[in-house]
Amino acid sequence: MVARLGLILGLIVGLAQHAAAQPPRRVLSMNLCTDQLALMLAAPGQLVSVSALAADPSSSAMAKEAAPLPANHGLTEEIYLMQPDLVVAGAWSSPETIRLLQRLNIPVEVFPVENDLAGIRANILRMGKVLGRDAEAQRLIARFDADLALLSDPAPGPRPRAALYAVNGYSSGHNSLAGQIIALAGFDNIADELGLPAGGILALERLLIADPDLLVEGRRYPGAARGQELLEHPALKALGQDKSTVVMSDPDWVCGTPYILRAVAQMREARLALQEGP
Amino acid sequence: MTQSRYSLTIAGLVALVAVLFLASLLTGPAAMGAGQSLAALFGRGDEMLVLIMRELRLPRAILGLFVGAALGMSGAVMQGFLRNPLAEPGLIGTSASASLGAVLAIHTGLSAAWALALPVAALAGAALSVVLVLMLAGPRGGALALILAGIAISALAGACTSLVLNLSPNPFAANEIVFWMLGSLADRSMLHVWIAAPLMALGFAALWPTRRALEALTLGEDAAASVGVHMGRLRLMLIAGIAALIGGATAVAGSVGFVGLVVPHVLRRAVDASPARLVPASALGGAAVVLAADIAVRVIAPGRDLKLGVLTALVGAPFFLHLILKTRREGL
Repeated sequence: MVARLGLILGLIVGLAQHAAAQPPRRVLSMNLCTDQLALMLAAPGQLVSVSALAADPSSSAMAKEAAPLPANHGLTEEIYLMQPDLVVAGAWSSPETIRLLQRLNIPVEVFPVENDLAGIRANILRMGKVLGRDAEAQRLIARFDADLALLSDPAPGPRPRAALYAVNGYSSGHNSLAGQIIALAGFDNIADELGLPAGGILALERLLIADPDLLVEGRRYPGAARGQELLEHPALKALGQDKSTVVMSDPDWVCGTPYILRAVAQMREARLALQEGP
Repeated sequence: MTQSRYSLTIAGLVALVAVLFLASLLTGPAAMGAGQSLAALFGRGDEMLVLIMRELRLPRAILGLFVGAALGMSGAVMQGFLRNPLAEPGLIGTSASASLGAVLAIHTGLSAAWALALPVAALAGAALSVVLVLMLAGPRGGALALILAGIAISALAGACTSLVLNLSPNPFAANEIVFWMLGSLADRSMLHVWIAAPLMALGFAALWPTRRALEALTLGEDAAASVGVHMGRLRLMLIAGIAALIGGATAVAGSVGFVGLVVPHVLRRAVDASPARLVPASALGGAAVVLAADIAVRVIAPGRDLKLGVLTALVGAPFFLHLILKTRREGL
């Protein structure tokens, strides 16, 4: 009896190992950030669909690569009909959809939000693992680290102070990807000084009092919104008048992919300009 | 009631508004001393402090004063004209319709092309709703018809506002629904003061001379007509004045509810139920309530942009219930 149970167990484990050894052949991604990681690492033909945002150049750094792939909108029915054998999702993907897909026996891999370099490396490795593309993931990380090293020169003298200021007065501290980007570029962050390490709403008054050396503004979206109007407030304009201002371009700032290095480079340029200036 | 007691009431309200206006100027997340702040207001001291006082706090306080006065005055005039204690710009859908006008102006890009398009569109929305309510509820404004018409217009305008905001290509537009339904004075600038102030001034000017007619109306329409009140012209002045006041207020601050309902009720006894005297008293009272609510949102939840309407509803809704119980006791 025990032996037979052992045999059955062995069979199941063996089957499971066999299944794991076979890389998935129809992978579907339902989140902008997993879209881009999968686009970088997947074998030709392995990725069958990415989220609709991936082809939008105002959000995605890989819009061109994503354009030929069918888009999904994160809806359970739509995803099921594409018959994926693996779904990769982000931490913000709808938990209801993920639960339903799992009930339909579609494996779902949920990737956490990357808030720092370690998180980015871990997600690249994990994407390589679930796609069966470990070697490609290792190569990507090696290239990422080499590119990063080129940008990492210690700032001479005191670090200038930057403030991130986006729609609705949202500011990000060091516990966020945007915060990490400006820290890597050699800036201190106003949000950290004011007790918003993870980010939050920063009242315009407090921003003015903090008087940062560089203002990093959120990008404007098409159409109108009151939250966006704040970025045009005369008081903020007056603050930015005699200061350098940089506008975050979403594709490089939103997702923890090697593309953040473009944002780091942009911010490093801004810092060098500040330190060379008067 | 003697003239002196009325003067005393008005003087008290003026003093209250002045104190709250000053308190509003001195309330904010940037910790600044009172002397330092006031010096900065007059251009002395650190450049950033001057900027904060002149570009952030001053417009906020001025708008609090104007918006509150507009709401209080409209409430008093509406209640006097319809001889119905439930008439209020928020309840009968004027504010919601003004919001819809403002949202349409912003999201069609009209207000970006012409700054005055925003208040004018809000005025048009408000005027349309006042005309509709007067038509639906009739000149006597029976309570049931008035409230039903108001609910229908509010719901329709609210739904259209939400629709426009949901269809916007901007991912942050849908968040605005909260602003248009509950109102806020956070991060307004002098530009908003200039947008709203001329329209509100016109509204005050249109409603101020209606006081005598409102007084005469307490005796009934026939009696009013016999002392020379022209009902058609009164109605026109009323629609124009209320639309201008609520349109201007809503275009820059969203719709703040309950102020126009509660303030005239609280002050009615202090002016011996005289509709004419209630108008200026309610304007001052409304300004005091909105200034106080705007100070409270900054003290209770600094940096969270708690909406004005949350506070006014927290105070106003229980008052509304009290009103229902009272009208039932009086068998109205």
